[in-house]
Amino acid sequence: MATVTYDKATRLYPGGDKPAVDALDLHIEDGEFLVLVGPSGCGKSTSLRMLAGLEDVNGGRILIGDRDVTTVPPKDRDIAMVFQNYALYPHMTVADNMGFALKIAGTPKDEIKRRVQEAAKILDLEDYLARKPKALSGGQRQRVAMGRAIVRQPQVFLMDEPLSNLDAKLRVQTRTQIASLQRRLGVTTVYVTHDQVEAMTMGDRVAVLKDGILQQVDTPRRMYDHPNNVFVAGFIGSPAMNLLTLPVTEGGVLFGDSIHPVERAALAATGKNITLGVRPEDMELAEHGLPVSVDVVEELGADAYIYGTLRQGESDMPVIARVDGRQPPAKGSTVHFQPKRGHVHLFDDNSGLRIETTA
Amino acid sequence: MTSAEKFLSMLIALVAFAAVIAVILFLARTFGERNGGRGTAWAFMAPVVLLLSVGLVFPALMTVYQSFLDARGDNFVGLANYATIFTSPDQLTVLRNTVLWVVLTPFVSTAIGLIYALLVNGARLEAPAKALIFLPMAISFVGAAIIWKFVYEFRPLQGNVQQIGLVNQIIVWLGGEPVQLLIESPLNTVLLIVILIWIQAGFAMTVLSAAIKAIPDEIIEAARLDGVGVVQMFRFVTLPTIRPAVVVVLTTIGIATLKIFDIVQVMTGGQFNTSVIANEFYSQTFRSDNQGLGAALAVLLFLLVIPIVAYNVRHLRSSEAR
Repeated sequence: MATVTYDKATRLYPGGDKPAVDALDLHIEDGEFLVLVGPSGCGKSTSLRMLAGLEDVNGGRILIGDRDVTTVPPKDRDIAMVFQNYALYPHMTVADNMGFALKIAGTPKDEIKRRVQEAAKILDLEDYLARKPKALSGGQRQRVAMGRAIVRQPQVFLMDEPLSNLDAKLRVQTRTQIASLQRRLGVTTVYVTHDQVEAMTMGDRVAVLKDGILQQVDTPRRMYDHPNNVFVAGFIGSPAMNLLTLPVTEGGVLFGDSIHPVERAALAATGKNITLGVRPEDMELAEHGLPVSVDVVEELGADAYIYGTLRQGESDMPVIARVDGRQPPAKGSTVHFQPKRGHVHLFDDNSGLRIETTA
Repeated sequence: MTSAEKFLSMLIALVAFAAVIAVILFLARTFGERNGGRGTAWAFMAPVVLLLSVGLVFPALMTVYQSFLDARGDNFVGLANYATIFTSPDQLTVLRNTVLWVVLTPFVSTAIGLIYALLVNGARLEAPAKALIFLPMAISFVGAAIIWKFVYEFRPLQGNVQQIGLVNQIIVWLGGEPVQLLIESPLNTVLLIVILIWIQAGFAMTVLSAAIKAIPDEIIEAARLDGVGVVQMFRFVTLPTIRPAVVVVLTTIGIATLKIFDIVQVMTGGQFNTSVIANEFYSQTFRSDNQGLGAALAVLLFLLVIPIVAYNVRHLRSSEAR
């Protein structure tokens, strides 16, 4: 078992002028499950491949445990990777696929067999060991790919969107299985996904990347309750947080026909406007507040989501709110919302950074 | 015929072709819709079936029949022609040569093509390097044979005679005496085989290079993470993955080799014990006026090609099913 450390690790693709991963600083604890998440092109896969040794590191270092592996070839890093398309060898049986790394390493045959059996038992693959990957379902192939990683007993598991080729139902199931398996084996794991739900449900900690730059690393809870900037606030959570550009006024932020009070110190640095974030579940129907015309009502039974438009001067802003599913407002009507006290996030309108408030 | 007449007859042929197609399409449309399209199928099949039976099936049957007749095609001689093929020393040499051709050409061309494909894959100047080895494919067998005639050309060592053959000039430069390369058997057959290898290696390289490129990057990366070296990568990952392409290349070249005629005809005309089945079939039929033996050789050639074609088709089918 080992820790993983990115020390200002940078990857610049040949011919590019902007690094795909820009001075990534990240420390992953021994046995931790860390999820790298972000939109496509944010550098999350590149970061993982740098750790695997499949991409060159153009600046900084990468350490596994205390060992600097920046220039160590992939096979000597003591890692195992699960690929998005599983990358199983099509001409080998499941057992051969799982035992291939050991065979190359010159492990004795009965030892290979024992370890493959062990992994197959954990993953419920015992009946399929003699089959070729073609004869397996998507979910089974995914488990073989996991098995191939487990058999090696590496210091670190690397997983590159391993669930994205599964159907929705299987994905949710496998999500839980992988998370519990990782906890059982206690192997440090770096997991890449573009799906923030996966990130939130699986990770001990989540790292959000954008344009090659690390935005925030935190536990899922903290990430949700305390996003460091506008990007993280909008990216984490589904439906997304409402991010409204509102005018600053004496004593707070002008929230429709009411004022959301904010202490003076917090507003000192901002200009005329401020970005105010409220999650849909923190929007409360009220007499006064933000006037929103209801465009769509999505009834989910217990809850209903309102997709509406906030008309403010020239610009229209989309607003999403969760309301009681038993008595939702009618489509086309105009309702007023107030944010729940203590659940408001303020961001600088220019830099997008979080403004800390005491309230 | 003048040029004008040639163009006219070409035009007439084109118009006739268009007319036939039009008639077929008309028939298919008029009667095709009934019987769930079976009429359409027949309308399109009929010309093919007709032409194939006239041009292929009938001659094939006739050839088989003739192979049981004597030299002039008058008397029935049973299997005597086949007996000749497998007993007469001349014919046994032909068979030996054919075996040499069929064993050496596919395997050596494929090996060279594969090594070349692996070497240039992803290298700088990949495209020109590939074009270089692929170019001979564009040359006809006759053209290639003429080129290589100059390579193997021999001039006796007397007076001021200069060697014009590439190989012999090199031998002379190295201080040796020029040799008559195409006289000595079986060396001469091997030298002829080199020509076909020169042509076919480009084909092998092109197909195998495409197959190698089609291997998903992730599989290569997975193998690298699994710790394979260069040789192991080839043995455990690359070769098994491109196996279907290798089989196709081997069998395609094998079939072409079995039917080889032009190179032998141009280079030696089958003399000096270099004849192969196709060449012998031609010589017996048209030079030695031995129709029966010629037909028997043709049938033998046909019988030899069938298993390779069958294997190829079966392999293709099974790799599709995989």
